[in-house]
Amino acid sequence: MDLEKMTALELAEKIKQRQISVLDGVKTVFSAIEKNEPHVHAYLDLYKKEAYARAKQVEEGIMEGVYTGPLAGVPIAVKDNICVKGKKTTCASRILENFVPQYNAEVIDRLEKAGMVIIGKTNMDEFAMGSTTETSAYGVTRNPWNQEHVPGGSSGGSCAAVAAGETYLALGSDTGGSIRQPSSFCGVTGIKPTYGTVSRYGLIAYASSLDQIGPVGKNTADCAALLEVIAGHDPKDSTSLERKDLDFSENLGQRIAGMKFGVPKEYLAKGLDPEVKNAFMEALKILTEQGAIVEFFSVETMEYMIPAYYIIASAEASSNLERFDGVKYGFRAKSYEGLHDMYYKTRTEGFGDEVKRRIMLGSFVLSAGYYDAYYLKALKTKALIKAEFDRAFEKYDVILAPAAPYTAPKIGESLKDPLAMYLGDIYTVAVNLCGLPGITVPCGLDEKGLPIGIQMIGNCFGEKKIIRSASAFERGRGEFPAPEKGGRER
Amino acid sequence: MAKLIDDETLDNVCILAKLSLNEETREKAREDMQKMLDYVEKLNELDTEGVEPLAHLFGDQNVFREDAVTNGDLREEMLANAPKAKEGQYQVPKTIG
Amino acid sequence: MKQYETVIGLEVHVELATKTKIFCGCSTEFGGAPNTHTCPVCTGMPGSLPVLNRQVVEFALKAGTAANCKIHQMCRFDRKNYFYPDNPQNYQISQLYLPICYDGWVEIETSAGSKKIRIHEMHMEEDAGKLIHDQWEDCSLVDYNRSGVPLIEIVSEPDMRSAEEVIAYLEKLRCMMQYLGVSDCKLQEGSMRADVNLSVRETGSENFGTRTEMKNLNSFKAIARAIEGERERQIELLEAGKPVVQETRRWDDNKESSHAMRSKEDAKDYRYFPDPDLPPVHISDEWLEEIRSSRPELREEKQLRYQKDFGLSEYDAGILTETRQLAELFEETADLCGNPKKAANWFMGEVLRLAKEKGTEPDKVAFTPGHLADLIKMVEKKEVSPQNAKKVFEKVFDQDIDPVVYIEAEGLKIVEDRELLTGTLERILEANPGPLEELLGGKEKVFGFFVGQMMRELKGKASPDAVREALIKEIEHRRDEYGNNQ
Repeated sequence: MDLEKMTALELAEKIKQRQISVLDGVKTVFSAIEKNEPHVHAYLDLYKKEAYARAKQVEEGIMEGVYTGPLAGVPIAVKDNICVKGKKTTCASRILENFVPQYNAEVIDRLEKAGMVIIGKTNMDEFAMGSTTETSAYGVTRNPWNQEHVPGGSSGGSCAAVAAGETYLALGSDTGGSIRQPSSFCGVTGIKPTYGTVSRYGLIAYASSLDQIGPVGKNTADCAALLEVIAGHDPKDSTSLERKDLDFSENLGQRIAGMKFGVPKEYLAKGLDPEVKNAFMEALKILTEQGAIVEFFSVETMEYMIPAYYIIASAEASSNLERFDGVKYGFRAKSYEGLHDMYYKTRTEGFGDEVKRRIMLGSFVLSAGYYDAYYLKALKTKALIKAEFDRAFEKYDVILAPAAPYTAPKIGESLKDPLAMYLGDIYTVAVNLCGLPGITVPCGLDEKGLPIGIQMIGNCFGEKKIIRSASAFERGRGEFPAPEKGGRER
Repeated sequence: MAKLIDDETLDNVCILAKLSLNEETREKAREDMQKMLDYVEKLNELDTEGVEPLAHLFGDQNVFREDAVTNGDLREEMLANAPKAKEGQYQVPKTIG
Repeated sequence: MKQYETVIGLEVHVELATKTKIFCGCSTEFGGAPNTHTCPVCTGMPGSLPVLNRQVVEFALKAGTAANCKIHQMCRFDRKNYFYPDNPQNYQISQLYLPICYDGWVEIETSAGSKKIRIHEMHMEEDAGKLIHDQWEDCSLVDYNRSGVPLIEIVSEPDMRSAEEVIAYLEKLRCMMQYLGVSDCKLQEGSMRADVNLSVRETGSENFGTRTEMKNLNSFKAIARAIEGERERQIELLEAGKPVVQETRRWDDNKESSHAMRSKEDAKDYRYFPDPDLPPVHISDEWLEEIRSSRPELREEKQLRYQKDFGLSEYDAGILTETRQLAELFEETADLCGNPKKAANWFMGEVLRLAKEKGTEPDKVAFTPGHLADLIKMVEKKEVSPQNAKKVFEKVFDQDIDPVVYIEAEGLKIVEDRELLTGTLERILEANPGPLEELLGGKEKVFGFFVGQMMRELKGKASPDAVREALIKEIEHRRDEYGNNQ
């Protein structure tokens, strides 16, 4: 029995049948971590001791019937912008280097109630700002498929950990593609749920109107099961929705014959890497072969998605990150003269370049005299983009798009030109602006052997449709390979 | 043409953001910001006349809590992360007036 | 010399009387040890999120509708961004673009008559924490107990022209808020705070002068002094041909002067934008109707009713309605004793006299209204002497005793006991043969002496009328005898 190859659901099933113990799963994960972590560096913190103790406790809980869910006993990694009580939560930033929250994020409580075993915190772009996990203050994470390449971001640690077998499941967060893009780069599956489906309480905010926590896993079924664990109304989050259709796994096995898929023409025009395009077109074939109807349509607001997204996200970020000032928690500069000097030094020393760039941009677009021209204009643009997607969903069940215009870039290439990096988010940001659910599933490899993902986007509350489609796609595609053990050497 | 990021604008943004720039970082910051603003200028092509700004996606229902005390004394927990504390309070450099 | 007119607008912050803070379940109780009423939300911990207290909206609506405001039935919260340690998130959640209430007015009374003061808006926001300057070290300490306490900010139009009008406006707001049960509005405890926007202009001018904003005004007296001081300062500047600078000034009531609160770090650019963590608030027609129909009777309405229905004077009606608590106590007493006029006399006389004597604020006077009502009824029925009733009432005022039980127990009840009366009378007449002689001889002045003696002896157990009656009867009887014997 190769435990490492199992999906989370298979592992949990074997545990339930007493063929293996919870500890076996945890041990499998830690042995992969021992082997791969030195060159992948997916984690910022590991809870080995606690995980072993927890494994015993969960084992008993399962036997006593306390934990009966489909993921009981499964190890899970958590992105380091999600608060775990009594554990360092840094957002991969120096400014939170020693921050230990005294409260759990709502999702952590839900993982614990489901009998899952948290094994550690994963690396990310600082405050989730970035598309490569290179803006982390604690070192880059390397793509398990090829160590010279980034894993994508900002949930690069979570996706790399799943790809490298260093966990069965992980939580990421997605503000502009931060789950879907690294899932594509790492050849794993990730879901960004409809805004408001998963509580943001305890998720350290980047852009509050866009942030959502979501699952990362080896396949669609695992992700759907994890989404069922973490989704649900939370009175602590005013933007949390009271949804009733949370049985996301319900339509997993259903056929997609007759379902209508739309592909924005503009998405396939300039800027899309030909290899990615080929893989995407092949994926469309897999869907049509199963009786799905695939049509092309036009999205006129495409060019305005990135500008609107970066204005809104930066504006919110500039405000959300004001609380990091050295007064209540986190880093405070060593020497300073007076209050304002403390603010300047703490923040200038505590934040990395990318975070500062966005704080400055956000402060500017909200400042007197520019609010209307930039921020308000962006909110109006957002309304137009939303209206365009609303119209598209009158015709289509699911919209298909690449997850990114290219496969994982080499480490060190992206940060030289921030604007170019931002443009790489072209296929993902609209989903956040409109609050839509999206899933990325692996659909191919490029010549360098780097994974390519296809993104399936649903209308608001349309998770079941994209999960059903992604799962049907997986069946048509066949088994997707795992990276060679530990990825290629540098 | 997008707004030109001059020294005054840059200084003002730094005051608002509570970030400082040195000679080294200053030009890079100006350049990055200018590039971004030039790029987002694209939005001006779009006719948004009469479009209602969309601030909240699902805001059609009131979300309230009832007026009942649910928290006890959490002082020690709240202060646990304070870089500097004194007598149950957060310590900061002297504020004026 | 030129004549100047003072133009004043007010920004009044009123702390709402909710049990918990605006966005979290921490208590708003005043005076806890530092930071003992704090949680992740009101200390701005990463990942914490605000959830709006329904009662805050309810109170804001009550205040707004009572002040004749229009209501934004869809309103929102905005973030006001500025760095200061008393503000844990470094942004304050407030309302700029769509305040809950707007375009209202209240009417004030001054020596010059009544006047409407327009209200620009009322919005909901959170209070900041408290900064204390350390006594020993060169540092400040932050207490977030007040952080997140709900406020409404009431912004007036620049409609006031004198300190008298300002005080009348503030009194009006305070009384209105107290009647509505929305706030206790205590300037000293900071549950009501006023910032004064003031400019001067030549009398007759249509244009406004440059205004300053004055902060740190902790009493009505300080406000009056600050207005006078700032008016003079601005006039002096203008007379000297110098411009008035638009700025925020801090009033120092000890020095009776103000200074500019200027800092280059204060960019004064708050970068307001809609708070993405808080969805809009929707106020339905039904909700608004419920608020309007459940509004309690306000002071002016009570005053008129007291005059019309109870026949009280305007002055008495004014005093009795100064606070809602006193007015309610009075009304219940009046209702229970069935005689509003008598009840009003008791309140205007004894209740307020004792309150003053004992240093009790009129709104803190608390006794069972039925106790005073019983006492009033007993006096009416001549079951207790008015003098004794006043003494007993002091006990009601202090300890809320049951006067009926007390009067009975202390033997203060007037009993029409013939035997006691005649027995006592005979004893006193015997003991004072001299005066008796005089009285019988026709010296009516001595009559009063005997009444006094009787009353003293009976300790109020008989009414003066009864004593007088018995004495007259006895003297007439004796005079007859006396005459017959002559």
